[in-house]
Amino acid sequence: MATASSARTRGQVAHPSGARIIELLKESGVGEVVALPDIVTSDGLLWPISRDPAIRLTRVCKEDEGVSICAAMSCNGTRAVLLMQQTGLMDSLNAIRAIGIDYQRPVVMLVGLLEKEPHLPASKSAAYGVRIVEPVLRAMGISHSSIEEPGDVESIVHLIDEAYANSRPHVFLIGRAPVAP
Amino acid sequence: MTIRRDEALRTLVPLVHDNDIVVAVYQTNFDWMGINPRPLNYVAVGAMGQATSHGLGLALANPERRVFVFDGDGSLLMNLGALVTVAGAGVTNFYHFVFANRVYEVNGDQPIPNAENVDFAGFAAAAGYAMSRSFDDLDEFARAVPRILELAGPQMVSLETVPGEPYPRNYDYIHSAEARKTFEDALNGRK
Repeated sequence: MATASSARTRGQVAHPSGARIIELLKESGVGEVVALPDIVTSDGLLWPISRDPAIRLTRVCKEDEGVSICAAMSCNGTRAVLLMQQTGLMDSLNAIRAIGIDYQRPVVMLVGLLEKEPHLPASKSAAYGVRIVEPVLRAMGISHSSIEEPGDVESIVHLIDEAYANSRPHVFLIGRAPVAP
Repeated sequence: MTIRRDEALRTLVPLVHDNDIVVAVYQTNFDWMGINPRPLNYVAVGAMGQATSHGLGLALANPERRVFVFDGDGSLLMNLGALVTVAGAGVTNFYHFVFANRVYEVNGDQPIPNAENVDFAGFAAAAGYAMSRSFDDLDEFARAVPRILELAGPQMVSLETVPGEPYPRNYDYIHSAEARKTFEDALNGRK
């Protein structure tokens, strides 16, 4: 369940709970995380995941490796998520296009938005690299949702279930650093 | 010396068991489908360079099966970091064959960068594979490969190859939903 820490604030806004996100990943049947470090999610997600015996962490050298690893794992129903920052998402677009869209593989991605201001939506960010993410995903027809407020994490189970049920990618855009457990 | 690719693949046919997974790329994939069509051939990697990563995902999720990756040299060069990832993942069921023809064969036979000098087995050794070897002689390869497949992975075998008998490039099939369904049905024991 949500912890008290999820309601903590950093500056003027509340941040989601890393512990709750991990809890919901497990509830979704995710036992595999493929990752490159991302400063937005490093303390709240990747470090705790690396210490969690219920999750196998595969560290990759480049994000498009993770697209293929997650897709291949799905062939026998193994559920995985790819954790990265948006620069890696942008770098992996061809793999996501080919494997996720053309081949209809359920690749689920948790993407930290580097340099996004926590109090602003991505569309209002001063950072060009942040502002373009959602338009790019829309142009590619890739399902995506935002994790900003603590309550946003409660959609994780449903959206992961949908991605696997419909065999298609989904991107969670994490715009505020999850609070470390 | 060099090895004809079709002869190298025919050498591997009796060593690949029914429950093994084979991930192959480009012309090696087309040749393998012609020589040894089987439901557990994973024929589509989507993006060039991704065979190693698909193979790793399959190896991690299916530890009871051996996974063979029949890679291209140009393909592997696009994703060299994957060698480090594979070694780090410690997949003992992972057998990586690089068919090194030193050109981008399906893209006009253009040479790979630094074609004369690249050492693929050296890359794998440096990345931390359990073992890696190179062969440019078919008989030597045929004598050595059964023993290599008895060893725990990840293993790398780099083969200096030239084209052999040409097999048709059936892109429509490898990219088809039918191919993916055939593989997944076989993987999951569905008829």
